[in-house]
Amino acid sequence: MIGQKDIVTSRAAKEVAAGPPLICVKDLRVIFDAGRAGFWGRKRLQVHAVEKVSFDIHPGETLGLVGESGSGKSTTGRAILGRVPITSGTIFFQDKEITHAGKEMVRALSRYMQLVFQDPYASLNPRMKIVDIVAEPLLVHGLVKNTKEAAGEVAQLLELVGLPPDAGARYPHAFSGGQRQRVGIARALALKPQFIVADEPVSALDVSIRAQVVNLMQDLQARFGLAYLFIAHDLAVVRHISHRIAIMYAGNIVELADRHLIYESPVHPYTKALLSAVPVPDPPVQRARQRITCAGEAPNPMDPPAGCRFQSRCPHVTQTCRDTAPVLTSRRPGQTAACWNC
Amino acid sequence: MNDNQNTPLLEVRNLVVNFYTRGGVVQASRGVSFQVGHGQTLGIVGESGSGKSVAVQAVMGLISNPGRIEGGDIFFMGQSLLDPAGRKFVRKVRGKDIAMIFQDPMTSLNPVFTIGTQITEVLRHHLGMNRDQARKRAMDLLGLVDINAPEKRLKQYPYEMSGGMRQRVMIAMALACEPRLIIADEPTTALDVTIQAQILELLADLQQRLAVSVILITHDLGVVAQLCHRVAVMYAGRIVEVGDADQVFASPVHPYTKGLIRATPRLDVVTERMVSIDGVPPDLISPPQGCAFSPRCDQAENACLRPQTLTPLGDDRHVSCWCAIKGDTR
Repeated sequence: MIGQKDIVTSRAAKEVAAGPPLICVKDLRVIFDAGRAGFWGRKRLQVHAVEKVSFDIHPGETLGLVGESGSGKSTTGRAILGRVPITSGTIFFQDKEITHAGKEMVRALSRYMQLVFQDPYASLNPRMKIVDIVAEPLLVHGLVKNTKEAAGEVAQLLELVGLPPDAGARYPHAFSGGQRQRVGIARALALKPQFIVADEPVSALDVSIRAQVVNLMQDLQARFGLAYLFIAHDLAVVRHISHRIAIMYAGNIVELADRHLIYESPVHPYTKALLSAVPVPDPPVQRARQRITCAGEAPNPMDPPAGCRFQSRCPHVTQTCRDTAPVLTSRRPGQTAACWNC
Repeated sequence: MNDNQNTPLLEVRNLVVNFYTRGGVVQASRGVSFQVGHGQTLGIVGESGSGKSVAVQAVMGLISNPGRIEGGDIFFMGQSLLDPAGRKFVRKVRGKDIAMIFQDPMTSLNPVFTIGTQITEVLRHHLGMNRDQARKRAMDLLGLVDINAPEKRLKQYPYEMSGGMRQRVMIAMALACEPRLIIADEPTTALDVTIQAQILELLADLQQRLAVSVILITHDLGVVAQLCHRVAVMYAGRIVEVGDADQVFASPVHPYTKGLIRATPRLDVVTERMVSIDGVPPDLISPPQGCAFSPRCDQAENACLRPQTLTPLGDDRHVSCWCAIKGDTR
């Protein structure tokens, strides 16, 4: 069943999608060097973190990027922001290629693209006051000469994210996890960016606080037309905030679709397994649910198999899957999946 | 030891645990009481800092400096675990009749010994088996938790295994002495959802086959829904509601339980907006007077400043809320 709300947002998503994309990622590949092994270190070890990933993000849109640990979702987000060397592929911001942006360009781009981190305890300098933390991006970009000059702007930003006006004078330790995450969001908003990569922004927060931050992010999006790449492993949260969702497995996007299609009629066997693995907080419903078992574990990223990377866990695996890697193809309007047998 | 089926397997009565820190005395457990019956699974849910882990650490005798158990008692099969006279009983029980599974299987296994060494150590210490017997039993145990090629696995070190596999080893070790009670403290929090599903299924299956009792500590209501017969909801060092899991989920009484269930996003339901609980959990160095949830509760009134205890509310449900007791708002 497709909810009313889903229809509405998917229409909204299409309206947004009419214009040119803000971010355009094509065939992105990131391979990390992981030292050497073997006799006298003759063998080079490489981690294939992201493999041929392509997607667009439009202004005002949230793309949810979901996957288990090691699936390459964070690396993808960081690659867009120029914080990870890219092996091949292209990334466009508006109509400008930023694939191999140098230090200068990354710095210039940070006015338009910002990052919100997962751990609100580790991402704020404990020795800086909140006002200095939030004003820092303004200083770095020379928009203000000193923190004093930024005071008005910082106060506005703090109010925007729902922090008390006296918060600026305090240090991070005085705040709870949820409030710290608000500080992180205020800092990301300081330069009025158009695009924010949110890397698991609510994973470290308790349930009762999580909703506060998700709602704040949605409000800010509605107000400023922000585009989000929302990276998460929690499918239930992603469903609330995303217009479209990409499911990653072992460095590949296996399915990319409008959000109601992901949840109502998933195509890829991994998407199905992932959805059925999330327990529903309602005992009778949970008991009645059929779990699609998917035995085994993700492949070694240092030595990924030829063909489809899901082959070792897939219930429908065939010889084609072992020989050739599938690419994303259209399944129905608004839904693409990478699978030979579905 | 009292093996009467009528005595609960484990009973925690009015447990008070304080931590003496530089910042002040943290009242982690402020009078926690619960029971676990034979063959039953009790889920303890709560957010970080609610005292859910502290309660079971006290059962296992894992409260150490600066923490102190300063009140209440813990009974296992009718016998006190805190009574200094029963030291010998306690040493025999902990690790043998009560086993524990921790959150992070990487840090709870010793990285410099093989899996085999670590499992056989338990068997030789508690059951006095010799080398060969222990090795054979260890292989059986690995088979029990669905680990293939146990002979090969016994020779491996923890780093050679994935997170899910390590958690299976932890479960095998917990099962080694045929415990009557398994305490699992966030056993799947560090795992991916597909692996979590495998481990939860394994736990449910073992619980049924071996008829052990389980205490499952988690912050995920979905995990409770999947595995538990009864559920206790903790907030700020106290249990605020306890009862049959189906009933608590279907008709929560305490405002915090209601809020928690509403705030947990569901895969199968689409809502306009996520529901949050305003405010933040209290500081346990100086918890609020009376009901600790009252500053965040929209039903709070003057009565909520009075101290309160878990009060029975029919059909095995206990709630600690003045408004609920007065109105029985179900």
